[in-house]
Amino acid sequence: MSLGDAGDGLRVRPYAITGGRTRAATEVPIEAIVYRTPTGEKAVNSLSLERRQILNLLATPQSAAEISARLRLPLGVARVVLGDLVDEGFVALNTRSASGRPDLRLLERVLDGLQAL
Amino acid sequence: MASKPSDMVVTTDEATGGAGPMPVKIVVAGGFAVGKTTFIGSISEIEPLTTEAALTKVSEGVDDTSKVSTKTSTTVAMDFGRITLGDDLILYLFGTPGQDRFWFMWDELVRGAIGAVVLIDTRRLEECFPAVDYFEENQIPFVVGMNCFDGQATHSPDDVREALAVSPDTPVLLIDARERISTRDTLLELVQHALVRATA
Repeated sequence: MSLGDAGDGLRVRPYAITGGRTRAATEVPIEAIVYRTPTGEKAVNSLSLERRQILNLLATPQSAAEISARLRLPLGVARVVLGDLVDEGFVALNTRSASGRPDLRLLERVLDGLQAL
Repeated sequence: MASKPSDMVVTTDEATGGAGPMPVKIVVAGGFAVGKTTFIGSISEIEPLTTEAALTKVSEGVDDTSKVSTKTSTTVAMDFGRITLGDDLILYLFGTPGQDRFWFMWDELVRGAIGAVVLIDTRRLEECFPAVDYFEENQIPFVVGMNCFDGQATHSPDDVREALAVSPDTPVLLIDARERISTRDTLLELVQHALVRATA
């Protein structure tokens, strides 16, 4: 059973999990890589089912998009839940700053990486 | 799992990196059934995944939570893939939702992106016009990939460049979306193009 799934294949209302909120205090970009903090690792078993599923998935750090897809949780919902988890210190994000285009150094690293494929 | 710093600082400095890999992204756009997911899948290290974005736009600024949750029934699916480029860098490829009414999702997708690949089928070239308009308007570096479905190009890249009226420095490439090397070379062209644009 995944988060967006009521167990018998019925879809649950997507934003019920977030109490109707469509925004969290912390914005989580779609590509932001989410990882567990030590606090999060200790807290896993005390969390609610959906949050536990996310923390368990994060045994491997991965993007908000992957978390959304793997738990079949609409992206907007995943981002709110993840934003909450960031605020509570259970997970942290690796993400580039704001909206700027990648700088030269980063582009060169991407170029090198692609050439090595 | 490697141990991570216990502070909650969101890593934003791309020069120094941080704990774990830094994500970068490229957007893959184009009309319906033009090969976006095939393109992504040809190079992704994971089977392309699908994420659904619920349409939340109508509920923005509405405080009544019951209203919010009843207005999110429409969803739009986006396929994406991942390429690890070393220990500390992951490239995500995001396919755009096909329909124009999901423009709000494009804004999110292109925010901070390296640029975009616009895939075209020359038999229905007009389907890529909205994407080209969008990337030009928002000054997103892009390359045009002519997907040669039967291995043969029906038009030359120059013809296509002229038909699209894109700038002479916009790369227009013949590609095969099924081929990993072709996809890699297309991405390389885009990153090089973005580099040139960034230094201009």
